[in-house]
Amino acid sequence: MVPSGRAFRGSSAVLIVIACLAWSTSLSHAQGASQKPASTTSEAGLAAWQQVYSVLTHPRCINCHTATNHPEQGDDRHRHLFNVVRGPEGKGVPGLNCATCHQSANADSTGVPGAHNWHLAPLSMKWQDTSDNILSSKALCQSLTDRSKNGSLDGPAILHHHQQEPLVLWAFQPGRRRDGTARSLPPLTHEEFVSATKTWIDAGTPCPQNP
Amino acid sequence: MQTYKLTVNGQTREVSVDPGTPLLWVLREDLKMTGTKYGCGISACGACTVHLAGVATRSCVVPVSLVGDRPIVTIEGIGEDRVGRAVQDAWVSEDVVQCGYCQSGQIMSAVALLKSRQKPSDEDIEESMGGNICRCGTYVRIRKAIKTAAQQLA
Repeated sequence: MVPSGRAFRGSSAVLIVIACLAWSTSLSHAQGASQKPASTTSEAGLAAWQQVYSVLTHPRCINCHTATNHPEQGDDRHRHLFNVVRGPEGKGVPGLNCATCHQSANADSTGVPGAHNWHLAPLSMKWQDTSDNILSSKALCQSLTDRSKNGSLDGPAILHHHQQEPLVLWAFQPGRRRDGTARSLPPLTHEEFVSATKTWIDAGTPCPQNP
Repeated sequence: MQTYKLTVNGQTREVSVDPGTPLLWVLREDLKMTGTKYGCGISACGACTVHLAGVATRSCVVPVSLVGDRPIVTIEGIGEDRVGRAVQDAWVSEDVVQCGYCQSGQIMSAVALLKSRQKPSDEDIEESMGGNICRCGTYVRIRKAIKTAAQQLA
């Protein structure tokens, strides 16, 4: 398995999702506030969510949040080469695991990205449909805040995930491609991403009313 | 250049190489263990497969600096393992090999599969061996040999 993007996926997705625990369903901010008064306005929270969404849907993140039996790679999000499959634990299959190529760190001399525990996000954390279309901002937000899908993460756990998870951190330091050029980065820095996540969580993890 | 101590087939070997050097070239050029083959250099064909701490690994894309203290087993050493021996015997009895270039990697992946699946299905074999390409098209015999080895190990 190779190239670009699966890292962040699983874990970050999970975290994010968790953040929304407090609520349950559809729309905007309200629920988180029911457990703990939101310290940030819902408008600010929704704006922050859009920033978070811009990162989650970047290839460095979403390539491993697929709804299919395989990861994607590259900025064009093509199907992962080499007949790589998801496997029962999202780590490939015996003889062709993620670790068959992806090591604990980026291998810039050979162009293979790496980080601790490289794996595909579970299907409950898919951020695409089965035709590889990225979920809308509303749908992804709702999925991410559904504790039955996000690994039962609450807001603080999602924030922690975005701050510490190795695969999330990898997305912001994705290393070099085989031709020596740098892999593209998410639209925010890691610090900005964490800050936006915090603002969104403080606002009660609001989700957009419209797709 | 940096010096690394590697455990290869149970023996400690010391090499002084650039940290970015792929393990494949350390094995072939520095240790003169040429059983592991260079096919594509981008992990696309599987000819360079070795075991790193028991995990089938494409040695052409793993810099020696990332090997750490994980033991390495190559095609030269896999016959010392019970499963490895059974796979090699099955490869012979089923006359799998044609040109043979990819077969080191095929065997290493097959051993990894059989260590996890005692009785692999056709689907298991297709998924696990899907990253090992054979230009001679020996896939049918490879599948048969894996099943033969599984029966011998049962």
